[in-house]
Amino acid sequence: MSNIINKRELQVAAIENGTVIDHIPADKLFSVVSLLGLQQMSNKITIGFNFDSKKLGKKGLIKIADKFLTDDELNRLSIVAPHIIMSIIRDFKVVEKHNVEMPSLLRGIVKCTNPKCITNNEPMQTLFQVVDKDNCVIRCHYCEKEQQRNEIQIL
Amino acid sequence: MENRSLVTIADYSKEKILYMLQMAAEFEKNPNRNLLRSKVVATLFFEPSTRTRLSFETAANRLKARVIGFSDPKATSSSKGESLKDTIMMVSNYADVIVMRHYLEGAAQYASEIAPVPIVNAGDGANQHPSQTMLDLYSIYKTQGTLENLNIFLVGDLKYGRTVHSLIQAMRHFNPTFHFVAPAELKMPEEYKLYCKEYQIKYEEHSEFTAETIQDADILYMTRVQRERFTDLMEYERVKNVFILRNSMLAATRPNLKILHPLPRVNEISYDVDESPKAYYYQQAHNGLFARQAILCDVLGITLDEIKKEQ
Repeated sequence: MSNIINKRELQVAAIENGTVIDHIPADKLFSVVSLLGLQQMSNKITIGFNFDSKKLGKKGLIKIADKFLTDDELNRLSIVAPHIIMSIIRDFKVVEKHNVEMPSLLRGIVKCTNPKCITNNEPMQTLFQVVDKDNCVIRCHYCEKEQQRNEIQIL
Repeated sequence: MENRSLVTIADYSKEKILYMLQMAAEFEKNPNRNLLRSKVVATLFFEPSTRTRLSFETAANRLKARVIGFSDPKATSSSKGESLKDTIMMVSNYADVIVMRHYLEGAAQYASEIAPVPIVNAGDGANQHPSQTMLDLYSIYKTQGTLENLNIFLVGDLKYGRTVHSLIQAMRHFNPTFHFVAPAELKMPEEYKLYCKEYQIKYEEHSEFTAETIQDADILYMTRVQRERFTDLMEYERVKNVFILRNSMLAATRPNLKILHPLPRVNEISYDVDESPKAYYYQQAHNGLFARQAILCDVLGITLDEIKKEQ
């Protein structure tokens, strides 16, 4: 059994130190790539696309050598793709592995879709309360309008 | 310092609402007091609203405060592109409390976060208008003797009408039964029906507005059906004469029924209703004075006990 799992994981090269982002829904993979600004990085990066996944059907996978995500980056990721799994690798071993969860507050990350919201008209940070983590429903702290996942625009 | 601003009615607990109603009742006994003699109240109207401004300014004047401010943003620096933050910070240097009306949603919330003095929201776009809700609650309380277990009929534009949305939020503490009476295009939005379910507020929906529909009402809260809200003008032509309250419809209604309207009225209440003892919209506007006196005192830290003692 463990052999099979090992073979699966060997579809892409192992990294010595860095971050593995797994279980990305395939259609969200390139959003995650641009969100993290991988195009501009000089780190070694492996990107896997349309891998088989029991849970998702097709999934994406990203391995970034010598990079550890900040909380802000994690929060952004959680909006684009819920239920992704992040592993931190040190010396070829997984030292940390967890689900990326949406935080209860999103500060300065999302743009309000309401053109009459004060946040779109003043030099200020946006702030959203997460109303429903599972379905990714958020509410603007200022104008109180709710947004669904497909409406969310990341700043 | 604790921020005592009033931005949304949702911030008020049941106890706080009842406390504010008691305070308004004190001001109704005697609206002319010296409570704010050394205070300066700023009324900043980034969008004109004569009715609300006059009500707040009268409230402040009758408590002996001095009033500064503007009623038309064209005459101010915001027309030169000054940010809201800069205007609020500047006025905070002069005034003890800022009453503000703004065309942008969330403006009062933001102002309350940056201002060193309390902010009273006198309307932020289509979002909140808590002093209107307080005067509605005071009118209901005064005419029915209680806020508990009432049949409240909301009629007209339930889609865009912020006063009816705030009223639902505020009444959630008092076990009401709501009746939503609206044409299909202006139905109560799904999110407020979900809100009712979440707080176990009973409601019924009606698409017809007849004498029969309203015979169990304790409160009939009328709102304006505006032409510009309709995408289908044929539909507007069809409903505009249906959602009008006429005196003849009141014959079989309850004796305690009172008719409220946030005003301005256009034609949704026929003028023959004005003579009915059930018409209450003019007194309702008058109650706004007492509700706003209570709000100004509360945000400035003046308690009900102090108001009673001052008498």
